[in-house]
Amino acid sequence: MANILVFIDTPTAQPGKAQRELLTLGHRLGEPVVALGSPAADETVAAYANLGATALYAPAGALAGTLIAGEAAFVAEAARACSAGAVLLPNSADGKEIAARVGIKLSAGVITDAVDVTADLTVTKSVLAGGYTVNARAVQGTPVITVKPNSVEPTDAAATSPEVTTLEVADAGPAARVTETVEKAVSARPELQDARIVVSGGRGLDGDFTPVEQLADALGAAVGASRAATDAGWIEHSYQVGQTGKTISPQLYICAGISGAIQHKAGMQTSQVIVAINSDEDAPIFEIADFGIVGDARSVLPQAAAEIQRRKG
Amino acid sequence: MSVTSGAPLKVLVLVKHVPDAQFDRHLTGSDHVIDRSESILSELDEYAVEAALQLVEARGGAKAGHTVTALTMGPERASAAVKKSLQMGATDGVHINDPALAGSDAAATSLVLASAVNHLGGFDVIITGMASTDGETSLVPAQLAERLSLPQLTMVSSLELGEDGVLTARRDSDTTSKTLQAATPALVSVTDQGEEARYPNFKGIMGAKKKKTVALSLSDLGLEASQVGAAGSWTRIEDASPRPPREAGTVVTDSGNAGVELVDFLADKKLL
Repeated sequence: MANILVFIDTPTAQPGKAQRELLTLGHRLGEPVVALGSPAADETVAAYANLGATALYAPAGALAGTLIAGEAAFVAEAARACSAGAVLLPNSADGKEIAARVGIKLSAGVITDAVDVTADLTVTKSVLAGGYTVNARAVQGTPVITVKPNSVEPTDAAATSPEVTTLEVADAGPAARVTETVEKAVSARPELQDARIVVSGGRGLDGDFTPVEQLADALGAAVGASRAATDAGWIEHSYQVGQTGKTISPQLYICAGISGAIQHKAGMQTSQVIVAINSDEDAPIFEIADFGIVGDARSVLPQAAAEIQRRKG
Repeated sequence: MSVTSGAPLKVLVLVKHVPDAQFDRHLTGSDHVIDRSESILSELDEYAVEAALQLVEARGGAKAGHTVTALTMGPERASAAVKKSLQMGATDGVHINDPALAGSDAAATSLVLASAVNHLGGFDVIITGMASTDGETSLVPAQLAERLSLPQLTMVSSLELGEDGVLTARRDSDTTSKTLQAATPALVSVTDQGEEARYPNFKGIMGAKKKKTVALSLSDLGLEASQVGAAGSWTRIEDASPRPPREAGTVVTDSGNAGVELVDFLADKKLL
């Protein structure tokens, strides 16, 4: 079985769903070998051993002091060291840029935004804002693939006792220095990118996201927004769903006061079920909604949130 | 060698001619390439042009000898992307046009662009948008940095060039905000959270007609047809299927009870 190198950008004692999905995919394609994004520690080694990693590679020193270049050099070195048959990375901005450089270092094809990878390393992804589904392959070198969250159902694997190899990263080349990192406040709600249910708000909310947050909390959902809402400063840019924000495919997407411009649809039209609430009956969002309500989101959302609480008792 | 305050600053901005995302877009032909008939300058590249112009304007602009060169790669009509950049205020243009380029993936594209940067020479800062609005992979800027051995300051929403020739930029993610620094020469990609792009004014539109655009072919760059296009790409699209159109479902008008009807719908779909 081929070694499948899985890059874990932020090793932790309790790997989250996205990391477990990558390991599960690694198992499906071969023997998962983990490249840790920071020097090995007992608790992180144990965590990935429990997820069935057959070997671990860790950098000798921290990689986070420079942007992308150090991580790319390390991942490429780990891929060479274990003669990887494929490299899997998270589909984050960092993950894609690391993959980009690893591809050049290994003279290998890079495919982003994977939602599935078959045993022969054919990658399924959607392109042109969900307009097409394509199957793509790397035709040169070790395929380097970034995988979207929620693409694989994470499964348990037998725990291993993997060997840990420390790699001295050779000169990563010129790189920008990260001179300051400010952590943003963490929300108690699910991550927009990973959530099963998303409730989004737009212009029709007229500046107040409280009704969206109420329904999101009643459903255990993440909060999203249209570009109109983030541009107006009603909510932070990181909540934007659409072409220049997040592209998501939750089981349920509820959008309130969003007209459904093509840029927004680009970010959500592959959701399984779409519910739209808009006061304009001609809003294009109704053309793709499974259930549409012509009405004021500011009264419909609180009523729905209260009804859910009532049924929960 | 970083560019300090006295020397002329040479900025290269990479612009792409993409299908207008306001309309339906299609893949065509056996190689599943994008139909480019209704195309414009990528909206995301307008931010790159703006960032380039602001860098040179902060040092006195064209009058002080600073330049912004707009470069595109693509078929004949891709020159429209350069033209728009010149109208916005870029100094001159470069158009890499060769039939062999069609179907290039990120690896082939970055090879061509890196060869052009080396051929033209002497740029202090290379600026791109955060992604193309058609390919949407965001791979090319990082691959260009790798091929050219330049520090990358990518996905940034602010950019400043100090008198000491050091670039400072801010890169935001969902969880962190990072401050980045690197001496020129460097590669920068800017997000749509930066300064809004300016519209070309009448003077800009008239002035652009006198500006020069250099045409480059593959042989000018010392590349063979087999290194680019579908032949030189390291990835291939095997098949493509259009997403089945979504059918509109039930639409109700709120008569005071729609919130409850919504919950009924969710319960019915087992989504509660």
